Amino acid sequence: MKGSAWRSPSLLAGAAITAVMVAVALLSLVWTPYRPTAMDFVHRLAPPSAVHPLGTDSFGRDVLSMIMAGAQSSLTVALIAVAVGAGLGIPLGALAAARAGLLDDLVMRGCDLAFAFPALLTAVMITALAGPGAGNAMLAIGIFNIPVFARVTRGAARGVWAREYVLAARAAGRGDAAISVVHVLPNIAAVLMVQATIQFALAIVADAGLSYVGLGVQPPQPSWGRMLNEAQTFIWRAPLLAIFPGLAIMLAVLGLNLLGDGLQDLLDPRLRRAR
Amino acid sequence: MKRMLLALAAGALLAGAGAAQAKDTLTLGMVLEPPHLDPTAGAASAIREVTYANIYEGLTRIDRTGAVQPALAESWSVSPNGLTYSFKLVAGVKFHDGTPFDCSVVQFSYGRAMAPDSVNAQKQLFEPIAGIACPDRFTAVVTLKRPSALFLFDMGWGDAVMVSPKSAATDKTNPVGTGPFRFRQWVHGDRVELERNPDYWGSQPKLKAVTFKFVSDPSAATAAVLAGDIDAFPLFPAPEAIDQFRADKRFAVHVGTTEGKTIVALNNARKPFDDIRVRRALTYAIDRTQLIEAAQSGFGKPIGSHYVPTDPGYVDLTGTYPYDPAKAKALLAEAGVKPGTEITLMLPPPPYARRGGEVIAAMWEQVGIRAKLVPIEWAQWLDQVFKRTDYDATIISHTEARDLDIYARDKYYFNYHSDAYRALYQTYVQAVDPKAQTDLIGALQKKLAEDEPNVFLFALAAVGVADARLRGLWENQPIPANDVTGVSWAE
Amino acid sequence: MTGFLLRRLLILLATLIAASLVVFAVLQVLPGDPAAIMLGTGARPDTVAALRHRLGLDAPLALRYLRWIAGLATGDFGISYTYSVPVRTLIGERVLVSLPLAVLAIVLSTAIAIPVGVLAAARRGRAADAAMMGVAQVGVAIPNFWLGLLLILLFAIRLPWLPASGFPGWDGGAWPALRALILPALALGLPQGAILARVTRAAVIETLGEDFVRTARAWGLSRRAALWRHAVPNALVPVVTLIGLQFSFLLAGTVIVENVFTLPGLGRLVFQAIAQRDLIVVQDLVVLLAGSVIAVNFVVDLVAAWLDPRQRLAA
Repeated sequence: MKGSAWRSPSLLAGAAITAVMVAVALLSLVWTPYRPTAMDFVHRLAPPSAVHPLGTDSFGRDVLSMIMAGAQSSLTVALIAVAVGAGLGIPLGALAAARAGLLDDLVMRGCDLAFAFPALLTAVMITALAGPGAGNAMLAIGIFNIPVFARVTRGAARGVWAREYVLAARAAGRGDAAISVVHVLPNIAAVLMVQATIQFALAIVADAGLSYVGLGVQPPQPSWGRMLNEAQTFIWRAPLLAIFPGLAIMLAVLGLNLLGDGLQDLLDPRLRRAR
Repeated sequence: MKRMLLALAAGALLAGAGAAQAKDTLTLGMVLEPPHLDPTAGAASAIREVTYANIYEGLTRIDRTGAVQPALAESWSVSPNGLTYSFKLVAGVKFHDGTPFDCSVVQFSYGRAMAPDSVNAQKQLFEPIAGIACPDRFTAVVTLKRPSALFLFDMGWGDAVMVSPKSAATDKTNPVGTGPFRFRQWVHGDRVELERNPDYWGSQPKLKAVTFKFVSDPSAATAAVLAGDIDAFPLFPAPEAIDQFRADKRFAVHVGTTEGKTIVALNNARKPFDDIRVRRALTYAIDRTQLIEAAQSGFGKPIGSHYVPTDPGYVDLTGTYPYDPAKAKALLAEAGVKPGTEITLMLPPPPYARRGGEVIAAMWEQVGIRAKLVPIEWAQWLDQVFKRTDYDATIISHTEARDLDIYARDKYYFNYHSDAYRALYQTYVQAVDPKAQTDLIGALQKKLAEDEPNVFLFALAAVGVADARLRGLWENQPIPANDVTGVSWAE
Repeated sequence: MTGFLLRRLLILLATLIAASLVVFAVLQVLPGDPAAIMLGTGARPDTVAALRHRLGLDAPLALRYLRWIAGLATGDFGISYTYSVPVRTLIGERVLVSLPLAVLAIVLSTAIAIPVGVLAAARRGRAADAAMMGVAQVGVAIPNFWLGLLLILLFAIRLPWLPASGFPGWDGGAWPALRALILPALALGLPQGAILARVTRAAVIETLGEDFVRTARAWGLSRRAALWRHAVPNALVPVVTLIGLQFSFLLAGTVIVENVFTLPGLGRLVFQAIAQRDLIVVQDLVVLLAGSVIAVNFVVDLVAAWLDPRQRLAA
């Protein structure tokens, strides 16, 4: 198993990029070249230079520092959103798998209903309802993750429930919850890991999108999406401002997608054949 | 003979072609689309920016300098006690729907605005009116309950225009007025089109048709003007792109003034803003010049009270609390406000608030005040800040002209209560002598600067970009309007 | 088959009603009073109350919901609070922007993705495959609104070929309107195309390995014929299903991309209506969008069932 991990270039590249992103995010908590909120009215819209490697924005803030701090806020929002989705979706899916019948139907119809709302639109509505901000962005993205995790968990768990040792455990009088935790979840953990990685990447894009339209993390806390929005206003004068934050989003998502692909190859030999 | 006729015809054709080449249409850019087109039933400035003086007219009108001019009332006289106004109406005026204009229309229009079920957003303008009499068809006599120094000016507002009794109910979607332009069509989300009214009672406008195009996005606005899709953008939303237009001979840049008093409104009923030292400290902490530079690309004039430099009786009070962070810190310490104290700052959508908020937060941080920025939509702003006064501070531009009365109201969202100011305001409203009026306006401004209920920041500039060949656009915005009746293209 | 269809239709209807209830309930909690917004800062409470009454906002909740649903059922979407025109007209104007945009994006993404996916599958493991899939991998990671910005920078500012934003409307002819939709459609379609290309490739490779394709090859069918005649048609089921799923993403995507290019489409109408608390418009739009997602998925299910030879035989 370990050997094959080293042979998967996408897993390696994905893990490396993701590790760098996480490291930058953590570093920004203790150090950035400048304070990301510090304004310098004299040096506004400065091009990249030795002093400001990525230049400054329209308030004279250092773009590199803002991108570093943006990594932190973006990863935090995505992480919590996925945690919300997994935390509620996995138990729901496991429950549905354990108790086929009415409950199963109810959970699945609920998922169908949730899927009928375009995700971002839902998020826009929720943030408009509760007011813009990081917390509400997490919640909005998280809510859309619930049915995803519920479906994946249910699909994978149903296969496990059909296995003989699980049936035996049930016959021995163990409760559904206990069986789910002891036998089912460990068996589907790998599938859930892959899904979580994919959802993490999607959550970063969703967070950036919400921030772009002004509904995500609020100023002065920097965020990639809002940086892009502000850059658009100055696109005639400082086009570079519209490049760097986008690159950061792309790298973060690319890293996670590669990681997810690599994990999937590793865990699902049948699929590896197809790739 | 035949040849001569032919030559004449050719000449006429050529002349016709020449006339067609001289442009007689105008596409004018606006940031916000109006919700509807009835200025007597909504507060949005955008309604006036399309309809004022173009579609609708009132008894009086405000001109480009902010002065009161005759409109549908060709003249008037005021009784010595200031309680009776006799308007002589223009005869022979017809609404776009054919309804003739006379004194009964004045009764109808004002009556509709004053009625209990009125949805007029500026109902208080009509509050002094006691009654309207019609001694003959073209004379309207308005009696007031008390003298009102601003009455003629107020009746020039978009909210006080004359509407046709036959079509008033449908003015929102199909506006009908007496003006030189009439409504053609509205493509929602994109544009409103007007065309020349051939039956206009006054002199005909030079333009044959006007299109108001709505572009809220700054970069989109820049692109549209550069591409020539928009001929003029009087309130241009991208001050950061102005240098580009200044350098380009095809365009003319106008920097005019508005009535927009941009302030940090403070909730005077809430701690610590009930302490005058805190309010003064918050003002000392702000470098207005840098703020205007960073948030508005340098466009705007600092103000020191709730009054703009272009209005009559202005007193320069910007030196009352000059930028002085040390003094701000000292005052805060004196008032017992600890460094690191957090206050929430609500930011409605316009850039002056959103961008201004970031700059102000950075400046306040220098004196130990942490501003938590809360961007909100107008809907929430109106509900939470304006109606329920559930806020600490907010950045807002008050665009109503000469609205010193808001500080004298019983309930207004600043929660500023000063008996001295109210008494002063009462004296001002009832003053009849112009000299006394001017002195009182000065005194009111000084009283506000002294109490500093809000942090007065700057007067919004009207930064406009237009095709260099356009003539006759308003450069200033004494009231929200795009009066295009005098606009023409240079040969 | 009829029974299956009926059951699906019933579920579709039930989901729609549930969706409408959710939307209605959520919007009632939104802070902000449409009447107060329309009247602005100078308005007095009695004026606001008068307008509320005129808009029918003072009726009980259940009654307002029933009125709304009854209207929807008869094609009456209500009157916009802010514009005072029928919501149907408003939506009708905007659909003429959003629908062509979404269709253009789907066409673009499919036209690029399927050939690329099939080609990559045919060249599996070779440099061409690696290059195409590498590009696709990056394409998946690019958010559509950033791609929109990059396209504006490149094709509207550096090379002034296409408009940076705005929409001239269809009255001025089809070409100016289409020109304005090219960049937004690319921004929306390319990332979706990247996903689709990857799925197409995987699906084709999967079917290439299946018995009937191998049998066909053993019977002497050329590699190319086996690919196009057997592998590709059978790989279409997951591809069509994905295109259906992408429709929902596309609708959500238009919300943001229309903001990037300031197109007067449904997405901007949603934002505007939420900001102005034009509740009736928001309700109608969300139900309409959710409804079209449900309907598209329904159609996709049918198409997939029809495409799948095993299911076709069973029917």
